[in-house]
Amino acid sequence: MSQRIPVTELTDSFRGRAVGALADNQLRTNFRVAMDSLMKKRADAFPDEEEREGLRELGNHIKARALSRLPDLLEQLEAKLTANGVHVHWAETTEDANRIVHSIIEAQKGTQVVKGKSMVSEEMEMNDFLAERNIECLESDMGEYIVQLDGEKPSHIIMPAIHKNRFQVAKLFHDKLGVDETEDVNELIQIGRRTLRQKFLEADVGVSGVNFAIAETGTLLLVENEGNGRMSTTAPPVHIAVTGIEKVVENLRDVVPLLSLLTRSALGQPITTYVNMISGPRKADELDGPEEVHLVLLDNGRSGAFADAQLRQTLNCIRCGACMNHCPVYTRVGGHTYGEVYPGPIGKIITPHMVGLHKVPDHPSASSLCGACGEVCPVKIPIPEMLQRLRQENVKSPAEHPKVKDGGAKYSRKERALWRFWVTLNTSPGFYRLFLWAATRFRKLAPKNVGPWTENHTAPVPARRSLHDLAKAHLNQGDR
Amino acid sequence: MSELFYDAAPNATRVAPERAKPRTYPARPEEVTLFGTCVVDLFFPEAGLDAIRLLEREGIRVHFPQEQACCGQPAWTSGYVNEAREVARAQLNLLDNGLPVVVPSGSCAGMFRQHYREVFADEPDTLKRVDDLAERTYELTEFLLHVCKVDWQDLGQPTRIALHTSCSARREMNTHLHARELLGKLANVTRLDHDHESECCGFGGTFSVRMPEVSGAMVLDKTRSLRESGAVEMVTADGGCLLNINGSLEKQHQAFRGRHLASFLWERVSGEAMS
Repeated sequence: MSQRIPVTELTDSFRGRAVGALADNQLRTNFRVAMDSLMKKRADAFPDEEEREGLRELGNHIKARALSRLPDLLEQLEAKLTANGVHVHWAETTEDANRIVHSIIEAQKGTQVVKGKSMVSEEMEMNDFLAERNIECLESDMGEYIVQLDGEKPSHIIMPAIHKNRFQVAKLFHDKLGVDETEDVNELIQIGRRTLRQKFLEADVGVSGVNFAIAETGTLLLVENEGNGRMSTTAPPVHIAVTGIEKVVENLRDVVPLLSLLTRSALGQPITTYVNMISGPRKADELDGPEEVHLVLLDNGRSGAFADAQLRQTLNCIRCGACMNHCPVYTRVGGHTYGEVYPGPIGKIITPHMVGLHKVPDHPSASSLCGACGEVCPVKIPIPEMLQRLRQENVKSPAEHPKVKDGGAKYSRKERALWRFWVTLNTSPGFYRLFLWAATRFRKLAPKNVGPWTENHTAPVPARRSLHDLAKAHLNQGDR
Repeated sequence: MSELFYDAAPNATRVAPERAKPRTYPARPEEVTLFGTCVVDLFFPEAGLDAIRLLEREGIRVHFPQEQACCGQPAWTSGYVNEAREVARAQLNLLDNGLPVVVPSGSCAGMFRQHYREVFADEPDTLKRVDDLAERTYELTEFLLHVCKVDWQDLGQPTRIALHTSCSARREMNTHLHARELLGKLANVTRLDHDHESECCGFGGTFSVRMPEVSGAMVLDKTRSLRESGAVEMVTADGGCLLNINGSLEKQHQAFRGRHLASFLWERVSGEAMS
């Protein structure tokens, strides 16, 4: 099995980053406190277990049904949006998506973009792409604004700056914005707000994500709590929405239970402060709203997951973040340890489809399979089952044709050979009993150092007599 | 499953489908098979023997097939499906006699009850036998509580304990409340809650050696909250968690220890202080 690798060789891996995160007490406290609070909020938002489980089941069925008709629904969405005056663009890769966004901005001769929170834009690394082309892209969600100010990436899909406490934010604002250091959260928010307010008015283009794209009516639904989403999508003359192809649902009625699941699972809210339903650009008789609306539909590996009946369930995700809030691994190592845009359990099962297993070889195994994620998932993605499947794809030999992008990243002949030996041991009763006899008889000779296990534990010492032995003596009978 | 809905009329799923019904239990059988599990076999054999004694005390004849080995879980959770299937098949053949199977571990019982279906997903004929095994597999506490309907008298001295429930028992077997209820029948036992009780102890089989730093942080937190609970000892119905928690406590030079629930229960109801 895995050998103890010097940590210095691990810096660019999940394990290496985890070592760093585990040593950071401030970070661990920030996450523990925040996740505890989020778990409680979710629990309080679902006081009735019966109702919660019924709703989760319903959410699962709605998403499964939508995915089963995904190609049809996407075409319907495109037709409806186009009829509503929205320009629809298809992007297979993040590169494609960035080029599309850039060309829209260029057509406006735009130089300033203001962005509402969007994980797909993070996936695209849109800020960097645009910055290289001299377009400033400012994050308007408070959490995103904080991480952007600090040159970081989000550490949580809902709360990007959850790894920082208010003292750290106060210091950051003081250092970067030259304001007086204040630990008053309201004052900190006001500082951010004043800075952003002007930007909304100046921006040439507003970018946002999408929570649900409704095929029947051609509506883009966006939830948020700060009002920045509404500002980003209405104040600038052009609005570009970016989203993954899995966000499409059949109709508005489907959205009602999904929305309830989303807001309650994410922050324990009955509903978000803002629910935006965008169905087109400003009409002739309207006073406000953008003159142009675009939607970029991004694949980026999603169709790979879609093609596999089991892994398709990954696309049920409505991005609530409950899986990470409840994950004992995420709580301890934080979002940056995952090294990719989507952290936590959902990140572990969706990222391989986007970047390939070679880039995230430890993602599937960085879980104790405790099942807390699957237990809370509002659309009942069997996350442990997905991890299990990815582990299988991860250890396949090239001849076994792994079915996930860059599968076989952990294929090892040596490890395979060890498991073959384990099979022999466990399928040859005589050999197994001989092993038990030897292990108990020579228990004092059991190795004192058993690799990584003895980092955290004493070496296990076999008992004096095995259960096979004790049971035989006790029952005084051979087989059954 | 999504194919099922392909032809569904739009708007078809308005009401939540019916939820799975809770498990129903048969009357107490005359005979059962004990599947000891490999961890108990080698490291906590007394717990296996105590499980046998607890069952015999209810008037049940216990069989312990000497051909039994591992359920296949380590290979399964490591992604080695073919290897897991071979070992699982050996156990499936061995247990193919219609007797109820009692398992003193939530995770191994979970293999029989849930994961064998996935292991043998490509073999329709085998699946029938898998379903049959799943149907008659019981985690020990579940069996004592719902099938034996035990009525115990606590013969032990007053004590305070913490109960650690494995994630498999909690989330796969849904037996997390059974141990509590069993302990509740013991008049002199006070069960104390501990901090973050529902959180994983960090074992996760090979996770503990593949991600030793993260796993180590988890078990350190778990052992701390167990020690701070005010209990004098910890009990658990899962050998894997026990190996993890006790190994960590010993490494930390802590006196506090855990033991298998079967041994604790046997001591209380038999009045025998076991080694």
